[in-house]
Amino acid sequence: MKKNMIVITTVIFFVVLFIVTATIYNNKKNEELSSASQENIEHLQRDYSPIIGPVDAKVTIVEFFDPACGTCSAFYPFVKKLMKDNPDKVNLVLRYLPLHQNSDVIVSILEAARLQNRFLETLERAYETREVWIEHHVSRPQKLWQQLGGLGLDMVKLNKDVQSEEIARRVQLDILDAQQLNVSKTPGFFVNGKPLVHFGYQQLQELVESEVSANY
Amino acid sequence: MLHDKKKTVSQQGWGLIFFCWIIAMTALFGSLFFSEVMGLKPCVLCWWQRVFIYPLAVLFLVGMFPKGEKIDLSLVRYTLPLAVIGLGFAVFHYLVYSGFIPESLQPCSEELSCSKINLELLGVITIPMLSIFAYSTIIMLLLIYRKRFYQ
Repeated sequence: MKKNMIVITTVIFFVVLFIVTATIYNNKKNEELSSASQENIEHLQRDYSPIIGPVDAKVTIVEFFDPACGTCSAFYPFVKKLMKDNPDKVNLVLRYLPLHQNSDVIVSILEAARLQNRFLETLERAYETREVWIEHHVSRPQKLWQQLGGLGLDMVKLNKDVQSEEIARRVQLDILDAQQLNVSKTPGFFVNGKPLVHFGYQQLQELVESEVSANY
Repeated sequence: MLHDKKKTVSQQGWGLIFFCWIIAMTALFGSLFFSEVMGLKPCVLCWWQRVFIYPLAVLFLVGMFPKGEKIDLSLVRYTLPLAVIGLGFAVFHYLVYSGFIPESLQPCSEELSCSKINLELLGVITIPMLSIFAYSTIIMLLLIYRKRFYQ
């Protein structure tokens, strides 16, 4: 009987200790993240970064994404809905964070398509056909390439641009900015420079809405 | 009197097993804290060490509540091999960490290097060191237990 009590008390002790330290750690981390992103504000957006939606909106969502990331693809319609629900008030800046193998080529294709003003169409096509060009979590750029028909892309120019140094530099700079901002997972969201600390649809919506009501 | 004596016999070594269980539980919750709270992704070698410590937390717990009056002595038979194999992985990981085993020889995936040190408590204590400490303490306690209580 006494042993039962000792063991049960120990289990409870472990669980409580775990929850308490986890809560303390998370709170501390949140504070650090918020202050770090305030210091690193210049890393949030580059002059080449694609802006989707109204350019003069006062609320900007910055999203670090990987086209091969399932959660990014699932979040995309939701982010679009957030912009639609707050017309002319919210825009979206997309940053590349190719974490999957070969995804750096995929984002280079997107950036090259952007030079032909076909960024959004290409991105949406890439999300739609994810299952075709991803095999075992590895991106297959050749297979995405075959899916790009009908978008009005100049494929010869696209092929040349994908290999250009400027695009490689931009992708590299995006990855470095993500590191600076402590973004290690995709999608990584910031709303007006504030990081989305607790990941989720609802949390993102609340963050966007609080920024909308603060700025309009 | 007879009953009292039996009770003493049954509790012999209980404390040793309890202590082993505490170590395994600390390793269990500690490793979960590193991965789930702090977000340090476990590398392949970390996973192998987890594989051998998690069942120990369950086995010691079961062992502390024997069916009969005495602690089932075969507990050592079942737990010691797990602890020894786990220690093997921990030592190997430590050697990879400290550079004795070159990067190319280690079985880690490209994205997640086992040789990258991502946590140093108090500036010196790394995760493989904690693992070696946990496993070797458990082994020591089990050996003491076996020496004292096996006939």
